[in-house]
Amino acid sequence: MCGIVGLLVKTPALKERLGELMVPMLIGMTERGPDSAGLAVFADPLAGDGRKLSLYSGLTDEGADFNWHGLTHALKEHLDVESHIDVKHNHAVLSFAVAPDMVKRWLHEHHPKLHILSTGRTIDLYKDIGTPAQVAERYDFKSLKGSHLVGHTRMATESAVTPDRAHPFTAGEDFCLVHNGSLSNPNDIRRKLQPHGIHFDTDNDTEAACRFLEWRLREGDDLEVALQRGFDELDGFYTFLMGTPDKLALIRDPFACKPAVVAETDDYVAIASEFRSLAHLPGIRNAHVFEPAPEEMYVWNA
Amino acid sequence: MERLTFDLASSSLSDMNRFLHRELADDDRRHVTVLNPDGAHNIAVGLNHPVTVEVQGHAGYYAAGMNKHATVVIHGSAGTGVAENMMSGTVHVKGFASNGAGATAHGGLLVIDGDAGLRCGISLKGGDIVVGGSVGSFSGFMAQAGRMVICGNAGDALGDSLYEAVIYLRGEARSLGADARFEDMSDDDYSALAGLLAQAGLDHDPKSFKRIASARSLYHWNADANQEY
Repeated sequence: MCGIVGLLVKTPALKERLGELMVPMLIGMTERGPDSAGLAVFADPLAGDGRKLSLYSGLTDEGADFNWHGLTHALKEHLDVESHIDVKHNHAVLSFAVAPDMVKRWLHEHHPKLHILSTGRTIDLYKDIGTPAQVAERYDFKSLKGSHLVGHTRMATESAVTPDRAHPFTAGEDFCLVHNGSLSNPNDIRRKLQPHGIHFDTDNDTEAACRFLEWRLREGDDLEVALQRGFDELDGFYTFLMGTPDKLALIRDPFACKPAVVAETDDYVAIASEFRSLAHLPGIRNAHVFEPAPEEMYVWNA
Repeated sequence: MERLTFDLASSSLSDMNRFLHRELADDDRRHVTVLNPDGAHNIAVGLNHPVTVEVQGHAGYYAAGMNKHATVVIHGSAGTGVAENMMSGTVHVKGFASNGAGATAHGGLLVIDGDAGLRCGISLKGGDIVVGGSVGSFSGFMAQAGRMVICGNAGDALGDSLYEAVIYLRGEARSLGADARFEDMSDDDYSALAGLLAQAGLDHDPKSFKRIASARSLYHWNADANQEY
């Protein structure tokens, strides 16, 4: 079991309240996912060549005491890269204005235990073990701002309870995916992707789906085509919620084994595994509430 | 008639269910209102008295499960397994219902005004289900007894491996399941269907429905069939 939440605000003023509206949604899914929680939030893109990495230091020897400012100094010294670091406990968002691959290569070489959670111009990502309430408090989720987000509460079935196996998973730039369910062919997907030079960070089944879909997008499929290939190639039980810089997308397996419910108003689209995560939202009594059909694509634009 | 109200925003669901299980007299016909259900699971499960429970909002999983004698009205949607294993009484969902609605119901009547999800009436054992909208795939799977009325359409494999339950379908099925077949409507079918539609407050013409029942070719093992039915 796991819980999925998603929120996309249509009213610009609500961007300021994105985190505040979402925290009760995430906590509402605690019974479905008490062991880990996480979210990816999409905000206005960085200007020009700006890129940012969400980083997790919990797996390093220093943990939450990681020397983040030492990291920015070293980037200046070694790569002549000006960077900015925004630290929250054992997470940090590192932003800079060069090609991200160069920075990521340097990080792998000099800080191999520093986990790169996401890369892009719009995405920030936080995930960790603990109850949704603990994780939300640890990273001050209620203060998050942005146009849309994808969140997850985990009850692990397919791989161990560790921060890097929590959701969301990311691949490429500005793409993330959360999953409720279990895939039966993740290793086939891995074997298919590895010859294309695609590297996996964990043994988690969801990571296979995430990298598969991002690979199709990178190969030129538009989102709908990539999702159709997902229906064809990914076997098992799933409700997937995905985020891109300007979209939320939702699909359910043909047997609809894992739940999802959507509430839409003039102000927002909210998605959750169950209605109890939506009950607190403003105007919910007059929202259009529906259950997404199996094997259909639901895409909402930010 | 005395009315009782439970506001789940301020009192616990367990307290309410405990009251409904333990504090009612056998012939209790009181009217109970549930406020702020907010998708909670197990609302009004296991009732055993002829009370009426009105749920003002969306219910979570297993609402009115195992119902006996009671009338439960949900003024909103219902999550997975509404009226699962109902024995008698009536459960009325004014909105849509999720997967497994009315699964294994032995008796009583489940009315869903909106659509029902997948596996509606799976393993039905004698209850009646009337769906005002459409049902998802695998509905009526292995249904043994009872009747299902579907006023909209059905997904794939409707009535797969049916036993003696009968399905009345007004719209189209994407496909019928193994051993399910269309049959002619008899006068008994028309009168049974008219009765169910009236109970559900629907005024569709019974003549606009088709009957689906078991061809009974799966009742006995056929070694020559090579598992193809």
